Amino acid sequence: MNWIAIAVTFKLALLTAAVLLVVGLPIAYWLTFSKWRWKFIVESVVALPLVLPPTVLGFYILVAIGPHSPVGRFYSDVVGHPLPFTFEGLLLASILYSLPFAVQPFAAAFAQVDHRLIEASWTLGVSKFKTFFRLIAPLSMAGLITGAVLSFAHTLGEFGVVLMVGGNIEGETRTVSIDIYDEVQALNYAGAAKTALLLLAVSYGVLLLVYAMNRKVWAVWPQR
Amino acid sequence: MAAALTVDCRKTFPGRFTAATQLTLPLDPPRVLILFGPSGSGKTTLLRCLAGLEWPEEGRIQFGSTTWLDAASNIRLSPQARRIGYMPQDYALFPTHTVCGNIEYGLSDLPMAARRERVRELIALLQLQRLEQAKPAQLSGGQQQRVALARAIARRPQLLLLDEPLSALDAPTRSRLSGELRALLTQLHIPSVVVTHDWAEALTLGDVIAVMQGGTILQTGSPQEVFSRPANAEVAQIVGIETVVQGHVVANDNGLATVSVNGTMLKGLGADVSGAAVYVCIRAEDVLLEQTGNSVISARNLLSGLVTEVLPQGVLVTVTVDCGFPLRAVITRGAREELGLVTGSLVAAVIKAGAMHLVPRSTQQLADQSLK
Repeated sequence: MNWIAIAVTFKLALLTAAVLLVVGLPIAYWLTFSKWRWKFIVESVVALPLVLPPTVLGFYILVAIGPHSPVGRFYSDVVGHPLPFTFEGLLLASILYSLPFAVQPFAAAFAQVDHRLIEASWTLGVSKFKTFFRLIAPLSMAGLITGAVLSFAHTLGEFGVVLMVGGNIEGETRTVSIDIYDEVQALNYAGAAKTALLLLAVSYGVLLLVYAMNRKVWAVWPQR
Repeated sequence: MAAALTVDCRKTFPGRFTAATQLTLPLDPPRVLILFGPSGSGKTTLLRCLAGLEWPEEGRIQFGSTTWLDAASNIRLSPQARRIGYMPQDYALFPTHTVCGNIEYGLSDLPMAARRERVRELIALLQLQRLEQAKPAQLSGGQQQRVALARAIARRPQLLLLDEPLSALDAPTRSRLSGELRALLTQLHIPSVVVTHDWAEALTLGDVIAVMQGGTILQTGSPQEVFSRPANAEVAQIVGIETVVQGHVVANDNGLATVSVNGTMLKGLGADVSGAAVYVCIRAEDVLLEQTGNSVISARNLLSGLVTEVLPQGVLVTVTVDCGFPLRAVITRGAREELGLVTGSLVAAVIKAGAMHLVPRSTQQLADQSLK
């Protein structure tokens, strides 16, 4: 088994889940509580990775962070090397790719919090920010864990975006799914089977955890 | 000018009505204002505007020298900045917090020792001992109401807002707790606004009643004034009780109380404490009028008096009889003609004891009851 690829994959998945836990919360909060009539535009953008082919998403990210884009040039000027085909570039792509897998369970959980409780908190002098951490987040805990776990599991198995943005650099951007692909290309089915089994076991374990905890907040699947 | 809560605002409810509300509540001494009216009359909306949870499109809300809302100047004070105690209809207790956790939720600015002390005081005041670590789901309706009240008053608010404080309770608990709530409101000495659609609750709790319909306040006054002298037919229809007078229970015989109203003795059901001040409430359709002379009947109240007013209203006629207090009766036009009733006629009014509703009013009595 390619332990380096496994380490890169888990590092990428953990960091993606951690960043999405921070970045996804305000987005989900805004999507849940904003009364802006055009917010469906933002909702659709957040949900795009669910329907876009990973190669399409990867292509646009590659263009957006490439040396010809302002973002790419700015990054290159500050850090000293370009963003595509690096771990940081791959992390950024993973975050965008897994965004709906975090934001949707978060938003679904926030929407289930009784608004009267939130109002009661405000009238007790507690700011919106503190109300979030003292009331909304504890009441949405199952949804928060679901979002984090799903984005972790989703990142473990990504292939198209990784190939487009990260390439296939050993120890840097070569993840498990690419390693399996390479093994099959080299007709090493035994090696591919071992790694595939590991990925299957971890993914299934993670989903078991989510379902066992609370299937109601699984927003990607129709709610019952 | 003395400090007051003044409301003058307008809010549109698409497809329903435009609420134009004007209200002044003097803050010193603190009074309990009842917002009274049928469902959908805009009571809760007004309360939520006071809490800062809804925003009228136009107008002002002023609390003493502080402007809470001025739509023209775009001043909108947040609920957090108003220092209010707000109790929503279903209490909205935080399910993840214990009784203590709920009560101290709004006290996080206080040092730990002061916070503990305040929670201890409130637990004692609202008789929540031994429930400190219980979660809201483990409490009865009455206990939940007390926790919600404790939480609302914990920060020593400058205005207390209670939305249907007793409606989530069953009828026996409601009647017991309404007296306790009145005693507590008197003891707290905080200006309060209470929403209710129950006239007995309005009479028990309120110093001032504002009758609402379609988002507008139709009449404001003391409970007796509003219930006995409705400003117009709409208010009369909303309050539904035509005679409300103050009296004292002078005797009680197995639940049948004798009440003195300006020297006239009446018998009614309900008040179980001798010497208690009560409101005597009689619906006009429960009063029979007859010529004087028929003295033996089953009804416990046979009062004679002079007709002071005869007011035809369609096929019905509202007759006011002075029986030591103004008593209103509704009879048909035919009955009026047969009885030959005109202003100055002598007539007998018959009221069954069961039609006489006695609403306790003495706050001292209620305070004594609640401290037992």
